[in-house]
Amino acid sequence: MNTTIMLFLLQDGITNGAIYALLGLALVLVFAVTRVILIPQGEFVTYGALTYASLAAGQMPGTAKLALAMGIAAFAFDLFVARQALHARLVVRAFLTNIVLPAIVLAVTLYFAGQKPPVAICIVLSLVIVAMIGLYLYRIAFQPLAHTSVLVLLIASVGVHLALQGLGLLFFGAEGQRGPAVLSTSFTAGALRFTGQSIAVYGITIAFIVGLWLFFGLTLYGKALRATAVNRLGARLAGIRTSLSGQIAFLLASVIGALSGILIVPITTLYYDSGFLIGLKGFVAAIIGGLVSYPLTAVAALFVGIVEAFSSFYASNYKEVIVFMLLIPVLLLRSLAAPAVEEEKD
Amino acid sequence: MSALLSVTDAHVAYGKVEAVRSVSLEVGANQIVTIVGANGAGKTTLLSAIMGILPLKGRVSFAGQDLARLDIEDRVAMGLGLVPEHRELFVTMNVEDNLELGAFRIEKSKAKASMERVYTLFPRLKERRKQLAGTLSGGEQQMLAMGRALMGAPKLLMLDEPSLGLAPIIVADIFRIVTELRASGVSVLLVEQNAQAALKIADQAYVMELGEFVLSGKASDIAANEQVAASYLGFQHEGASVL
Repeated sequence: MNTTIMLFLLQDGITNGAIYALLGLALVLVFAVTRVILIPQGEFVTYGALTYASLAAGQMPGTAKLALAMGIAAFAFDLFVARQALHARLVVRAFLTNIVLPAIVLAVTLYFAGQKPPVAICIVLSLVIVAMIGLYLYRIAFQPLAHTSVLVLLIASVGVHLALQGLGLLFFGAEGQRGPAVLSTSFTAGALRFTGQSIAVYGITIAFIVGLWLFFGLTLYGKALRATAVNRLGARLAGIRTSLSGQIAFLLASVIGALSGILIVPITTLYYDSGFLIGLKGFVAAIIGGLVSYPLTAVAALFVGIVEAFSSFYASNYKEVIVFMLLIPVLLLRSLAAPAVEEEKD
Repeated sequence: MSALLSVTDAHVAYGKVEAVRSVSLEVGANQIVTIVGANGAGKTTLLSAIMGILPLKGRVSFAGQDLARLDIEDRVAMGLGLVPEHRELFVTMNVEDNLELGAFRIEKSKAKASMERVYTLFPRLKERRKQLAGTLSGGEQQMLAMGRALMGAPKLLMLDEPSLGLAPIIVADIFRIVTELRASGVSVLLVEQNAQAALKIADQAYVMELGEFVLSGKASDIAANEQVAASYLGFQHEGASVL
C-alpha cells in the first residue's frame, strides 16, 4: 500500500470516527444520567438524515407529524401523573411544550416542504423535529420506568428501537436517500482532497465536544446532569429532578444523533434502517470507554473509524465483522481488570 | 403554635417487615429534636420516609402542608433538608460545585449569600473549595454534606448520624454548628447513636427501640432517665431494666 492510499483511508476513518465519537458521547451521557442503553440512538441518526434529505428534496417528512403525535401522548402522560394536583401553570406549560411547539413546527414544515428550502432551514427544521421526538420519547417510554432496573430499561430501549425503525420505513420508504452537502467547497492539500462536507464533520464534531465540555463544566444545568450521573439520590436531595436530567440527556442525544445523520447523509446513502449499524459503532466506542469515560470514548471512536476504513479496503466483506470483533478483546481485558461482582441490585 | 414538622402514626415497611411502627413526632420552630436509639432501631428508615425516599403510611405535614403527594424534590423546595448517613456527595465534583448544586432550587442571587454563610460556618470548606469532594476527609465530607443541604435554605434540617466515624474534636465542632443553626432560625431533627452528645444540645428527645418510640420528652429529662442512661449513655445503674 502506498502512502496516498493510507492517507486516504486515515482521512476516511477519521471522518467516520468523528461521527462515531459524537454518537458514543451521547450514549455515555444518556447511560450515565438515566441508566438507559440507548439502542434507538441510531434511529435519531436516520430520522435526522432522512428528514433533512426529504426536506431538501421538496418532500414532507412524516417525522414532523410523529413529533406532534408523540407530543400529544406526552401531554396525556403529564396530565395523568398530575391528575391529583392540577395547577393551571403546570397544564399550560405542558400544553405549550408538548402540543403547541410541535404543532408550530409541523406548520412551518408544511409551509417549507413543497418549496425546497435552503440547506440551513432544512438543517434547523430536522434538528428541531428530532429533538422533540427525543424529548417526548423519554417522557413516554423511559420516564415512567425510571426507577426500574437496567435490564427493564434495556428491554424498553430495544422495543423503542424496533418501533421507531418500523415507523422509519413507513415515513421514508425502503429506498435510500442522499442529502445535499452542508458545505460545498473543497480544497486539496498534497495528495488529499478535503471536501467541504468532511471539513464540516470535523468542525461540528470539535465544536460540539467543546460545547458539551463547557456545558458540563460551567453551567448549573450541566453540573446538575453530572450530579445525577454521579449520585442520583444526592441529586434528588439537592432538589434536582431525575426526570429533568433525563429530559436534557435525551434532548442532547437526539440532537447529536440527528446532527450526525445530517453530516453523513451527503456522504453515504442512508436507508430507514442504516442508523442502527452506525449507532452500534458509536456503542462499540462507548463500551471501550466503559460507558463512563468521555475522552476514552472519543479516542476509541476515532480508532473504530480508522479500523473500519482499513478493513473496508483490505476485506470489505468483513468490515463490520472486524469492527465489532474489536469488542471481544476489550471486554475480555475489562473483565480481567474488573473485580467479580454480584448481579447489580436496584 | 403549630409544629413545623409533624408526623402522626407513621408506619414504614420494607416489603412485609415493618421497620417503623406507629410513630408520632413533632419538631417546632427553632428547635433541636433528637431521636436516639441503638443501631437498627429504625431511625434512618424514619428520616428517609419523612424525606420521601421510602413510602410512609400515616400523616406527615411540614409548615402546615400535607406531604403525602409531594416527592423528594418538592419537599426540598419547601425547605425540608436531609443530610443522609452516607452523605451522598458528588464525589467527582469539587466542593464549590457540590455547594452550588445544593442551591439548585433557589434563586441565583440568594445562592451567593447562602454560599458565604456556609463558608462562614465551615471555613475549612472555603480552603478546600477547588478540591474534589471524594478526596476530602470524613469530617470534611460531613461538613460538605451539611453545607450542601444548607445551601437550599432549609427551614428544617434532618441530620442522620452526623458524628458517625468522626474524631471527637470534629464531632464537637459539628455539634457546635448544629446549635448555631438553631440560633439562626433553622430547626434540626438529629438522629444519633451518640446519645450523650445529642441529648446535651437537644430541646426535645425521642428514644427509639425496634421501630417504636418508647420514651419521649424534654431532652434534659431523658438524659436524666436512669433506664436511658443504662441503655444508651454507657452508665450502669444497679437493677436498671432494659427498656
